[in-house]
Amino acid sequence: MNNDKLIIGGHEFNSRFILGSGKYSMKLIEAAVKDAGAEIITLAVRRANTKEQESILDYIPEGITLLPNTSGARNAEEAVRIARLARELGCGNFVKIEIMRDSKYLLPDNQETIKATDILANEGFVVMPYMYPDLNIARDLVNAGAASVMPLASPIGSNKGLATKEFIQILIDEIDLPIIVDAGIGRPSQACEAMEIGAAAIMANTALATAGDLPMMASAFKNAIEAGRKAYLAGLGRVLTRGASASDPLTGFLRD
Amino acid sequence: MVKINGKELNVAGKTISEFLTTTNFDPKRIAVERNGDIVFKSQYGETLLQDGDIIEVVSFVGGG
Repeated sequence: MNNDKLIIGGHEFNSRFILGSGKYSMKLIEAAVKDAGAEIITLAVRRANTKEQESILDYIPEGITLLPNTSGARNAEEAVRIARLARELGCGNFVKIEIMRDSKYLLPDNQETIKATDILANEGFVVMPYMYPDLNIARDLVNAGAASVMPLASPIGSNKGLATKEFIQILIDEIDLPIIVDAGIGRPSQACEAMEIGAAAIMANTALATAGDLPMMASAFKNAIEAGRKAYLAGLGRVLTRGASASDPLTGFLRD
Repeated sequence: MVKINGKELNVAGKTISEFLTTTNFDPKRIAVERNGDIVFKSQYGETLLQDGDIIEVVSFVGGG
């Protein structure tokens, strides 16, 4: 397991849990990162507020890779602008592309996401596009230079779990990049299930932000993700189509 | 007038550095865009704000 690294754009990570930082107190970030064992944390870019002197960067432990998102972007052009600003903030060249033109379901615009991926990959970004799981789109994202593909499990913030499991499985089977399940994972068991089928990592935010005890839930997710990864590497046992199969010897019964 | 983060401010003629000293922005924690293009930190001292400019000053916040 020690050699089992997550590799994104040539960067190696031991943790397969990408942590969000939205919708909870900055004071909890350090504990969440520690208990999650996370090495990557997502951030958003917004207009600076002079009244808000606290900077979220002061709360993020050293050595953590920052993954700015392009939330708020409604098309590729806006996503590219936000990504460039994020890079100018001086914390690396990772970017999670997130483009939505629908505020009810917050579904990603796959076509605009391909365009933004192409532009930003050419500018040297490590591009991690959030997308609706579709094999043709995923192939286009690979060709556009994505470093990973991030399909949604269910609508953002819903905690509904792996609604798109069949389609994520197709991406895992066919796409030669890390498939990172992002959005909708609400419980550790769902994170574990995604890892069991071969997801490379899990991104979660709301599941923690809306939990009763955030750092404890971060720890529960960490264990679930590790369990799922081990199960995937071990190879799951087969499922019978019908009937039963004894686990015990069918000889030597205490009867004649 | 210069539009900064959506607000019209009377700062035309100042450089970005001069404008920033009148605010509480931490120059290490912000990025600046002028009329859609990034202004690199090294250019703050020489970039003059002009009437009609649209400036965005951004920072990181929590997000997923």
